[in-house]
Amino acid sequence: MAMHHFIDRRQNPGDRSLGNRQRFIRRAKAQIKDALNNSIRDRKLGDVANGEDLSIPAKGIAEPRLRSSGDQGRRGRVLPGNKEFVTGDQIKKPQQGGGEGGGKEGSEDGEGEDAFNFTLSREEFLELFFEDLELPDLIKTDLRATSSVTYQRAGFAREGNPANLDVMRTMRNSLGRRIALNRPDLDAVAAMQDEITALEDMTEPTAKDRKRLDALYEELENLERRQKIVAYIDPVDVRYRQRKPVPKPNTQAVMFCLMDVSGSMGEREKDLAKRFFVLLHLFLKRRYERIDLVFIRHTHEAQEVDEETFFYSRQSGGTVVSTALSKMMEVVADRYPTDAWNIYAAQASDGENFSGDSKTCSQLLAEEVIPVCQYYAYVEILDEREFELFGNPEAGAALWRSYREVAESRENFAMKRVTKPADIYPVFRELFLKQGEKA
Amino acid sequence: MKAAPKTETQADSDTSELLFDDADWSFKSLSRTYDAIERVALDDLGLNVYPNQVEIISTEQMLDAYSSFGMPLMYRHWSFGKHFARDEKSYRQGHSGLAYEIVINANPCISYNLEDNSMPLQALVMAHAAFGHNHFFKNNYLFRQWTDADGVLDYFQYAKKFIAGAEERHGLEEVEKVLDAAHAIMDQGVFRYRRAPELTTEQRQARKREIEEYRERTFNDLWRTLPDKEGAEEATEAEKEKLARRKQLHLPEENLLFFLEHNSPILDGWQREILAIVRNVAQYFYPQRQTKVMNEGCATFTHHYVMNALYDRGQIGEGAMLEILHSHSNVLFQPDFDDQRFNGINPYALGFAMMCDIRRICTEPTDEDREWFPDLAGSEDWRGALRHAWTNYRDESFIRQYLSPYLMRKMKLFDLTDNAEDSHYVVGAIHDEQGYRKVRDALANNHDPAHTDADIQVVDADLRGDRQLILEHSVRNGIGLAEDSRTEVLKHIRELWGYEVTLSGIDHDNGKQLYRTSTIEAEDGGA
Repeated sequence: MAMHHFIDRRQNPGDRSLGNRQRFIRRAKAQIKDALNNSIRDRKLGDVANGEDLSIPAKGIAEPRLRSSGDQGRRGRVLPGNKEFVTGDQIKKPQQGGGEGGGKEGSEDGEGEDAFNFTLSREEFLELFFEDLELPDLIKTDLRATSSVTYQRAGFAREGNPANLDVMRTMRNSLGRRIALNRPDLDAVAAMQDEITALEDMTEPTAKDRKRLDALYEELENLERRQKIVAYIDPVDVRYRQRKPVPKPNTQAVMFCLMDVSGSMGEREKDLAKRFFVLLHLFLKRRYERIDLVFIRHTHEAQEVDEETFFYSRQSGGTVVSTALSKMMEVVADRYPTDAWNIYAAQASDGENFSGDSKTCSQLLAEEVIPVCQYYAYVEILDEREFELFGNPEAGAALWRSYREVAESRENFAMKRVTKPADIYPVFRELFLKQGEKA
Repeated sequence: MKAAPKTETQADSDTSELLFDDADWSFKSLSRTYDAIERVALDDLGLNVYPNQVEIISTEQMLDAYSSFGMPLMYRHWSFGKHFARDEKSYRQGHSGLAYEIVINANPCISYNLEDNSMPLQALVMAHAAFGHNHFFKNNYLFRQWTDADGVLDYFQYAKKFIAGAEERHGLEEVEKVLDAAHAIMDQGVFRYRRAPELTTEQRQARKREIEEYRERTFNDLWRTLPDKEGAEEATEAEKEKLARRKQLHLPEENLLFFLEHNSPILDGWQREILAIVRNVAQYFYPQRQTKVMNEGCATFTHHYVMNALYDRGQIGEGAMLEILHSHSNVLFQPDFDDQRFNGINPYALGFAMMCDIRRICTEPTDEDREWFPDLAGSEDWRGALRHAWTNYRDESFIRQYLSPYLMRKMKLFDLTDNAEDSHYVVGAIHDEQGYRKVRDALANNHDPAHTDADIQVVDADLRGDRQLILEHSVRNGIGLAEDSRTEVLKHIRELWGYEVTLSGIDHDNGKQLYRTSTIEAEDGGA
C-alpha cells in the first residue's frame, strides 16, 4: 500500500482569501467610494448599512496582457461537427458590428465589459462609510456589531450538553416507555426472589412446591431477560433543556429627521445631511429593536413626507424653522406617546431663518421638544467660506445664536457646524460616549 | 510496499463487496475506495505516481484556490481578490459550478477535493486527479524537464513569505506596482526553448544574501561605463558597439521577465526577486498550458477505466455508477461548431477520445489504422502505448502523431481559414482522404502555445544612449496585437525598465514593419 493521507482542511481559518480581498478593495477604493456615494444617495436610510451589490468601472482594475488583434491576419481553426461543407466552400462572415462573429475571439479574458460587479459586505461598507466620518475606533466597533442576544429556554432537545440534562423529563419518558413495553418492575422481581428463597429454604417441599419453584425459576429468568431488553433508561428517553439565542428585548425608538429644504439647500448639503441622519440611525439600530423614522421637511411651512420626497424633491418658499418643530410635536402627540417611545431628533439646516422666528424656535425647543427627547442633534451645514467666517461658535445668525442658548442649559442637546463628513461625528460625541460607557 | 499474502487474500475476499453504498462520504469510505482505485491504477494500468495527499476543502477554500491561479499557496495580490469576488458572485447566483477538484503538480501530489462532492464523485475525482493527473505530472517529459515537483511547495511558500516581507518593508503599494507590471508580461515571462537556469534551495539562500547587497551596488557593470559621446564616431563603430552590446546582454531574449530581472537599470534587489518569483510561477504553469488535452485526457481515461473496472468487480453499485457516468459525460460534452454552447474544442473530450482511439487501434485495428499507425495497430499492448504517449508528447506533437482519420471522421473535424480581409471564411480541409493531414496539422498548431502566443523578443537596449528598450514582435500570418493592450502593457514594462520602451511588429515573412508602439509617443499624446 502506498503512503497516502487524507487531510481535512475545512476547519482551517477561513480568512485565506481575506488578504486578497482587502488588497482588492484598497486598490479599487476610489471607484468603490464613488459607487458607494451614489448608493448612499439612492438608498433608504435604514438600508444604508446593509451589504451592497456594487458595480464599478472595470477600467481602473483592468489587468492588461498582450492580446492578439481579432481583426487582422489569417487564422486557421479546426472545428468539430461539420455537416455539409466540402473543401473550398466559402461561408459568409456574420455582419460586422453585429456583435460576436461566429465564434470569434471577442474579449479573450472574458471581462471586456465596462463594469465589474461584486458584492460589498456590511462590514466593508461600514468601514468605507466610517472612513470619511473619522469616527473613533471604539465607536466604530460598537456601531459595527449587530444586535446583542440573550439566551432563552426553548423547549427540549434529544441532544445537548450533559449540564442541560432535564432529569424530570428524562425519567418521565423512561417510565412511560417501561410501562408501555411492560418492563418487569423491581418490586415484582424482588417479591419473586423472596418467594424462591422461601421455597428453596423449605426442608420438605411437596411436589406442588417443587413444581411451583420450577415455574418461578422460569418466570424469573424470563423477567430478568425482559429487564435486560427493555433498559431502565434508554437513549430515547433522554431530554436536554434547549436554549435559543433571542435578540435582547429592547424598547422602541422613533427618530425624527428634520430638514430645511428651501432653495439654499443644494445637493451637497443634502448629502451631508443624509450622512448625519444615517449615523444616528446606525446608532439607534444598535440599541433598539424597532425604529420608526419620521421625515419632516420645511420651508416656511412644515410637512411630514416620505423618505423619497424628503431627500429628493425641492420646494420653493421662505424658511420658518419653528414650523418643523411644531409639526414634530404634533406627530409626537398623535402617534408616539412618550411613555412607550424613546424619541430622538436630528435637524439639519443651512442656518437661515425668517427673522423673528428664531426666538420662537428656542422657546419651543427648550420648553416642549427637548423635554420629551432622549437626544436632539442639530447640524448647520455651511460651505467652506462661511465656515471660516463663523469659525467662532459664538458668532452666527439668529438661529444659531438662539440654539446656543438652549445648548448651554441642556445636556441632551448638541449642535455643530459642518462642512464635510468628518465634521459630523463630534455632534454625536457625547451621545455615543455616554452610551458606550453604559454598554 | 506490500504486506503481500495478507493484501492478496483481502483483495480476493472483498472484490464483490461494495466499497460504499451511501451518497455521503466518510474518511473511512474514502480510504477504502482509495485503496481499491490504487490497485487498479497501479496493478492493472501500470501507472507510476507520486505519493498522494488528498485534502478535503470547503467551497470558499475552493473558490479561493480557483482565483489564485489554482494554487492555494499563492502569494497575495489584489487581482486574486478581484477574481474571487467575481467567481463567488457567479457561483452564488448559480451561473457557474465549481471544479470538483484541484490538483497540484508536486511530490507528494496534493489534490484538493470539494467537501460537497458525493461519495461516488469523490471516487471519480480520486481516480481522476490522484492517479490520472498524478501519473501525468510524474512521467511527462515536459513536467520532468521544466518543473521541480520536490521543491515546488517550498518555493511557493518562500515566494509567499518573501512578498509578505516585502510588503512590510516597502509598503503594499510599492510591491503592488511591481507585481502588476510583472503580471502584465507573465505570458512573455517563460523560456519556451531553453531551460530556465533554476535555482536550488541553496542557491536561493545565496541569492537572498545577494539581494541585500544589490541595494548597495549598481546591478549591471555596463552602467559603470561613462557615456562617451564623441559624435564623430563612424556608423560602423556604432554597429560594432551594438553587436557587442547585444552579446553582453545576451540578446535577443524571449523572456522579458528574465531580461528585466537581470538588466533593468532601476530595480532594487527585492524588486528583481519579485520578478523572479512571477517568472518562476509562469514557468511552472507553462507545461500545463502545453498539455491540456493530454493531461485531462490521461486523467479522464484513467477515471473512466478505473471506475468501470470497480463496477465490473461489483465494488461500485449501479446507482453510484450512474452518477459517475453522468458527471463523466458532462465533462466530455463537445457541442458542434454551430451550436450556441460551442466554446472551442473541449480538451477533455479530445484527449479522452484520442486515448480511447489508441486503445482501439491497438486491439481492433482496421486496414486504415494499419496503414497510418503500422507500429501501433494490433500491438495489443494498449497500456504500454498510452503510457508511452503520456510520457513523451505534448498536445501539439501528440495530435500530430496520434490523431487518426477514424476520429477525425467521428468528430467531423474541418479546418476553417479566416482571412481578416475577406468577407468569407474558406473551408480549407475536411475529414476526407485529401484533408486528413491538413486538418491534423492545423489542429496541432491550434494547440501549440508557441504558435498561438505572440513571439516577442528584446532586441536592443542602448545603455549609453537614451537607454530605450527595443522590443520586436515577429508577426506571423499578419496577426498583430490589439492596440490598447500594447499601450497598456508597455506602460508596465516602462515601470520596470525605468526608461522608454518601444515595440515594433515586424512581418515574419518579409521583414516589413507593421506597427510601432512606444511609451515616448504615449507620453506625447498625453501631454
